Amino acid sequence: MVKKKENELTWKDLEIGCIVTEPGSAMAYRTGDWRSQRPTYDFNKCIKCGLCAIYCPEGCIKPNAEGHFEADLYYCKGCGICARECPTRVITMVEEEE
Amino acid sequence: MAHKAGMEVSMAVSEVVALTDTDVVAAYPITPQTHIVEHLAELVANGELDAEFIPVESEHSAMSACLGSAAAGARTFTATAGQGLELMHEVLYVASSMRLPIVMTVANRALSAPLSVWGDHSDVMAVRDTGWIQIFTENGQEVIDNVICAFRIAEDRRVLLPVMVHLDGFNLSHMIEPLLFPEHGEVKDFLPPNNYPLPLDPRRPVAMGDFGPPVIYTEAKWAQEVNLQKSYDVILEVWQKFADKFGRKYNPVETYHGDARTLLYITGSFSETAMTAVDSMRKAGQDIGLVRLRLWRPFPFKEFRKAVKDAELLITVDRAISFGGPPPIASEIKAAIYNEPKKPKVVSFVGGLGGRDIHVDGFETIVQRGIEIARKGSQNEYEIFGVRE
Repeated sequence: MVKKKENELTWKDLEIGCIVTEPGSAMAYRTGDWRSQRPTYDFNKCIKCGLCAIYCPEGCIKPNAEGHFEADLYYCKGCGICARECPTRVITMVEEEE
Repeated sequence: MAHKAGMEVSMAVSEVVALTDTDVVAAYPITPQTHIVEHLAELVANGELDAEFIPVESEHSAMSACLGSAAAGARTFTATAGQGLELMHEVLYVASSMRLPIVMTVANRALSAPLSVWGDHSDVMAVRDTGWIQIFTENGQEVIDNVICAFRIAEDRRVLLPVMVHLDGFNLSHMIEPLLFPEHGEVKDFLPPNNYPLPLDPRRPVAMGDFGPPVIYTEAKWAQEVNLQKSYDVILEVWQKFADKFGRKYNPVETYHGDARTLLYITGSFSETAMTAVDSMRKAGQDIGLVRLRLWRPFPFKEFRKAVKDAELLITVDRAISFGGPPPIASEIKAAIYNEPKKPKVVSFVGGLGGRDIHVDGFETIVQRGIEIARKGSQNEYEIFGVRE
């Protein structure tokens, strides 16, 4: 299929039944756009337990270079479950204002 | 060579499904479709049909299993009726939207309440907009011929859509009729192997029924609509090829004395009774004929307009009520001819609900009443036939 941006695709460009033939293409979908709150971190309190990553429904929390767990904002929907579950209160949710 | 046998139409459906070498049957038995499913289960159990028979726990699961089966590229069949068709309702849209060539016979049945296992077209009308190709039949031969055609239409690369073949519950499903069965080899010649272009295959992964945000949904739906409209030409082509091979020709709109000034419209098996009524009225000197839709979706606009344009009066009989609205088929017929310069007046009736027969004299009464309404006018959108006052 011709590589076009999704807002340039015409009805003739779609595969039959809108079948997606590129494996893993959902990776490109920026679910971070849904977010109305973002997680902020006080890593001084982080004990690197990884509970936030286990609870994250989006699976978007990974250890950063220092080994602290941090959400990938490309995917983070801002649900706040990580902030609720963190035993040492590292994470504070703040309004997305921009 | 074809062989002739007397058989109940439901069992005949199962026999021709076996002739098509169907790979998967996923179905839940429900009156009046039960014998189709029972006999298919029997054929599989006896080793006469080498298919996977999935005895699901509901019609919702039946259609869902059919999605998976068709998506894997297997030739897939199911059957249902009435409440069962309603229970699979949401999945019907998925089958057509994902372009999965499933064939389903529907033994048309009234909807509850009160509970009725008997025939009418309430179930058909409720699934009008599901995106399936839909074919009406009038006798057993038409049912089995169109089941064979349905596989070829559905699986054609230019179509790839699910097809419903409607047969009236009991009036057709439970009739024993003399039927011509093609031989296995003839069906094999007529029906090339199913070759779904993008099947589920771990070596070539695809995702089906994916997420469609506003940026793509309109395009997806328009592609689906254009595809269903275009299937029309393939349907005609398949019916022509069937006629070439088996000698029986089907048309999107069927007529009987179609050049008459007054035309009666009825759908399905009741049209055979209506034909007898037409014969008797013509003998009495009335200029009357019959018109009916064989193809319900895609709607055969051109052929229908052509079939009725020279008539002065069209009397329609729907076997379903659209509560608070116009009778469903009458409504579509009126819409189809509204902008035509030359068109008949339309008078509408509803009758034959929940297994209530309309006999020959009933059709004669409908026609006389229709002519009277056309002459005198009426305050009513339609009249109901045969209700006790």
